[in-house]
Amino acid sequence: MIAPGTDPPREEIRAQLNGVTKTYPSALGQSPVHALGPVDLAIGVKEFVAVVGPSGCGKTTLLEILGGLNTPSAGEVLFEGRPVAGRVPQGIGVVFQEDASLPWLSVRDNIAFGLRRVGLAAAEIRARVDYALDLMGLGAFAAAYPAQLSGGMRQRVCIARTLVLRPRLILLDEPFGALDQQTRLLMGDELLRLWRDTGAAILLITHAIDEAVMLADRVGIMSARPGRFIEVIETEWPAARDSRIAAEARFGELTARVWSKLRAESLKALGRAELASEQGPVQ
Amino acid sequence: MSAVARTRLAIVATFMALLELLTRTGAISELVIIPPSAMATHLWTLLATGQLNAAMAQTFANIAIAFALSVTVGFVSGAAIHALPRLRRLLDPLLASYYAIPFFVFYPLLIALLGLNRWPLVAIGFVFGAAAMVIATLNGLDRVPRVLRKVAKVHRMSRREEVLRIVLPAAVPYLFTGLKLSLAYAFIGILAGEFILSGGGLGFSIAFSYDAFDNPTMYALMLFVLALAVALNSSLDWWEQRLMRRRGRA
Repeated sequence: MIAPGTDPPREEIRAQLNGVTKTYPSALGQSPVHALGPVDLAIGVKEFVAVVGPSGCGKTTLLEILGGLNTPSAGEVLFEGRPVAGRVPQGIGVVFQEDASLPWLSVRDNIAFGLRRVGLAAAEIRARVDYALDLMGLGAFAAAYPAQLSGGMRQRVCIARTLVLRPRLILLDEPFGALDQQTRLLMGDELLRLWRDTGAAILLITHAIDEAVMLADRVGIMSARPGRFIEVIETEWPAARDSRIAAEARFGELTARVWSKLRAESLKALGRAELASEQGPVQ
Repeated sequence: MSAVARTRLAIVATFMALLELLTRTGAISELVIIPPSAMATHLWTLLATGQLNAAMAQTFANIAIAFALSVTVGFVSGAAIHALPRLRRLLDPLLASYYAIPFFVFYPLLIALLGLNRWPLVAIGFVFGAAAMVIATLNGLDRVPRVLRKVAKVHRMSRREEVLRIVLPAAVPYLFTGLKLSLAYAFIGILAGEFILSGGGLGFSIAFSYDAFDNPTMYALMLFVLALAVALNSSLDWWEQRLMRRRGRA
């Protein structure tokens, strides 16, 4: 459960989960799976929130429920004060962990995909796509097809496709999970720059503690399944930050603090809960 | 032309040259096989004098109708079976063993049902081609990545839009395989049907010239049918390669 003091004031809330739970119905001969919650979370208008937790704790389920891609078993989901009712609300963009680029379209057409659907004028579409191509460093690849790009570039195409729609809340489900460490750090910097430029709120689901601590204003730590928030840590970084904050002493402190909370939960998720109390810190 | 294509062409040319040599020198009797050059010359005469026009028109029309029906009915049935899991569980074993059924034995029944005209043969071509399209459609729809369906939801697409803008384009490589196989099976079904059962068409002409010991016509027609099959397949291959290159699959 989030400490009450960490939530933004009511008028500055972009999205909210109140007492949300998710239980998947039983498969043949098995009992129902309580995957998530109850979870409470409020995301501020221009806030960057990251969520970390052990594998299978329901992080993706949480993101999908907030985005309207999944329905909660109980509780309330609000986006800009209105209930999210089984449909992705206008104003929410989602970037998935898997490659979601459309292989039959060029990079330019991939990015313009959503814009063409909403019937914008051709000049406006061109301007927004050109801006996104430039922003994501894809200008030289506008005519290429996803199969001709690296995994990182394809992910940038998906981010650009989300950004051109100018969402007010961006949900990122481990978007850098498939990338190498250096690329992840650089993509993190790009994400921070986009966050500052667009003014959108961001919810980042990640398994990388350092990534969460480096990028977010608040880091929510989830328990093993059924996932609940066991602590939310405020990083107190300035908005104008990048991956170089990793050199600061506070970065190490925060990372260690998140891991100290997460370690026991990760052991639980692995079925090794007894180790949590047995092993002390390395001297 | 790629190195592989050049090698392929060289193999065919070498085989033809060898056959020409063996038949011209009498190592292979002309009663068994005539020289490829004689096949080509006789085929040219048949085409130039219009002697094949009626047979070609009949065969091509039958193939075209059987192919169009196979693709349309096969795709619609595949999509329906995909949408109905219970029906799929029921039909899966049938589809798996479909090509073990000797459909030609139903020809008398088809004549009784459809009359003594082109339609029994078209039906044979259709039943040959349709299952390939059903299976390809099922494969294609099964393999649409789940994340792309989520993309459709994020873009707030209606079901119809999701199918037209996401599902069908994503399934195209598999649907294309279905098109290729349906055409090949319709081609085989119609020609074999004409050969064994019919009184007209290119297949019947080959059978007739065989019965009449008319080797030049028989071999000329066989060459024509082979060339036609290769040309059709090559053009579809070219189209497929072009499509797949974009998707990084070529």
